[in-house]
Amino acid sequence: MEKQPTRSNETGVMERDCAESQSQHDRQPSPLRLAFDTATLRKIIFSVLLVLAYSTMQPIANAAEGLASAPTLTRPTSANKSPSADGFIQRWLILEPIRANGLTDHAVQALVKKEYFSNQFTVVPKDGDMVAFDGTEHIWHAVDTKEYNVNLYHFARALGKPTSNVLLWGVTIVNCPEEISGVRLAIGSNAASVWWVNGQEVIGIYGDRQTVIDDGVSKRLTLKKGPNIVRCAVLNGGGATDFCARFLDANDKPLKGFTVSAGEVAK
Amino acid sequence: MKFLTQTAAILALAVRSFALDGDVRIHDPSTIVRCDGKYYTYGTGGSCLVSDDGWTWRRGTTPPRRGMAPDVVHLNDRYFMYVARNVGAQPRADINLIWNKSLDPNSPDYRWEEAGVVASSDGIEDCNAIDPGLLLDPKDGRLWMVYGSYFGYIRLVELDPKAGGRKNPIDPPVNLAINCEASIMIAHDGWYYLLATHGSCCRGADSGYNIRMGRSKIITGPFLDHEGIDMMQGGGKLFTGSGGRVVGPGHFGRINLGDGVEKFSCHYEADLDRGGASVLDIRPLLWKDGWPLAGENLREGTYQIASVRTGTVLELAVEGVPVGGRRERRGGGPGAGGPGFARPGGGGPGAGGPPRGAGFFGGTGGVIPSQDVGQVSTNWPDGNIDLRMANFLCQAQQKWRITAVTNAGGYPGSPYFKITIDGADRALAATADGELIAVPAFTGAPEQLWRIDQLTDGAWRIMPKSAGSSKEPLALSAVGSSFATLSKFDAKSDKQRWLIKTP
Repeated sequence: MEKQPTRSNETGVMERDCAESQSQHDRQPSPLRLAFDTATLRKIIFSVLLVLAYSTMQPIANAAEGLASAPTLTRPTSANKSPSADGFIQRWLILEPIRANGLTDHAVQALVKKEYFSNQFTVVPKDGDMVAFDGTEHIWHAVDTKEYNVNLYHFARALGKPTSNVLLWGVTIVNCPEEISGVRLAIGSNAASVWWVNGQEVIGIYGDRQTVIDDGVSKRLTLKKGPNIVRCAVLNGGGATDFCARFLDANDKPLKGFTVSAGEVAK
Repeated sequence: MKFLTQTAAILALAVRSFALDGDVRIHDPSTIVRCDGKYYTYGTGGSCLVSDDGWTWRRGTTPPRRGMAPDVVHLNDRYFMYVARNVGAQPRADINLIWNKSLDPNSPDYRWEEAGVVASSDGIEDCNAIDPGLLLDPKDGRLWMVYGSYFGYIRLVELDPKAGGRKNPIDPPVNLAINCEASIMIAHDGWYYLLATHGSCCRGADSGYNIRMGRSKIITGPFLDHEGIDMMQGGGKLFTGSGGRVVGPGHFGRINLGDGVEKFSCHYEADLDRGGASVLDIRPLLWKDGWPLAGENLREGTYQIASVRTGTVLELAVEGVPVGGRRERRGGGPGAGGPGFARPGGGGPGAGGPPRGAGFFGGTGGVIPSQDVGQVSTNWPDGNIDLRMANFLCQAQQKWRITAVTNAGGYPGSPYFKITIDGADRALAATADGELIAVPAFTGAPEQLWRIDQLTDGAWRIMPKSAGSSKEPLALSAVGSSFATLSKFDAKSDKQRWLIKTP
């Protein structure tokens, strides 16, 4: 079966509504149309224009409102955050979605290796930083998730951004009190994603897939004492999109004892 | 743990895969025991087989007391051997105990000591005191011996676990079964199981030997089969019979290798591939619905290797190609034209348009052949390729050929295997840091040799012979849904349990 969006696809609804409207319109007996006088027609046209204007402004209103309308995401209110009880990393910097299309191994690798902004594999952005690509500005947002996963659909939708055929970059800083060896990054994503730890590509999972805890798992790696940069690129085809990430210790148990930060958060 | 029905289906179709290697001629073998890293078993007439790895066997040293159908148990610092002899016309016989601190003739401790008769039959009573079988009760450490043959009853006596002799010689033996011989008892999950051989022996390929069993919560019985029939009335659920190229299994012996791996030894009255000789075999011992089940050692073949934990299968980390090529979904609809639906030039076999009016879901209208690895592997990297796991889609990078490697040694019951992509040379290998890789071609290196043991629930444990610097054995492990690694085997986890299924 086909992948279903989390919520109704706006375009689809509109198309369906228009079709139904057109059908009803076609069934209107012509005498009724003749009954409209000029004033009524003006009122109707004005109302339609109002609706259209509101519809056009809606994404802008959402964008202005920011992430407040994202039901699972909040703005960070502390400098550091511990992982969840199950070890999930719940604080991220997410870049607003970039249009991208492709989920196969080769397509994903090509899409994530394309340069969208300067130092995209090394930069540790700050909340509110902006990058420009293809004539469009994209802003980094620091987010905390209330769940084990980061709901990118909520993220993009709250900002009035597209959710389908998009690429979203994420970065987080994992602060370790000491060096920890033999750990693995374990992630799940909807859909394909590629992951880096301290600049090294450690996971790639491909195809149209749903988020499964510990779906993609890295080989054993070492987290250094101090900050470690975890970076991801998630590609979505259509519908819902999210990811989850945690570290597993040498016994495949959730790693804890570290904190996560997203740099300075804009007021 | 829940028994794996898929494996049962495979077992039902399976025949024996491999006989043991080397000189395995023996009749009435004792339970296999380990001494200083070597495996030993003793048979009728003083025959002895010894093996360094449980796969390749050779002739060992005959003990001083040659008799019939001995059994051996290792207790504390001693190996107790119970061996029967006729002392007149059957059923007049007795079972003698000899013991040794080592089974290795090169050991300074190697010296057999006589310890006397522990059971006997006078030729009149309804018993023939031969075919001893030992059980050290894991519950309380008490030592028991069953014995007997078709002359009357299978009987039970208690022995002294320190000296090996009868604990209470004046106590009468307890009768447990009739119409069988070569009996032995095992304990599992609060039950005692009496396994005994029915049918006739010593007739080569005409021997009707088969191993049957009953169980009881109390060691003195009654032992009932799965139909509730008492073994004292001839009951007995079949454990294993003839099959494939071997006839007449008998003389069950349990081998507990630990970590959830159990095996059993037996002899076949006739191995048709060895001129009808009576030979030793070792096979997996499974448990299902509270009963032992005779497993089969892995056969060579082409398989998918699926994780019990995740249901995903091991594959090369290469971009798969849909079997039959990518087909374009016409006429719109959900996902039409999306990723993965582009039609490559010419498409693949059967990639033509669907039957008129049938639409995408009507298929191609023809048979789509299996994927040719030679065609789809042209874009695979030349060097090493990572491993990963994915849903099984019948694709070439997901089909593994498992082949025995000759002269590479083995483990109890099986040789080492190589695991390669079916139709290609790409070979599964362990890396020095305990991860997995597919090397371009099999070289015979120990990290490319795989030990594949069937676990008691029917799943399989897959272990490299060597994994670099790792000091402990590692097993293939599904640490994630899409990623496999090597890690220490945990019998309580599904991570290292695999289904080896026909693709």
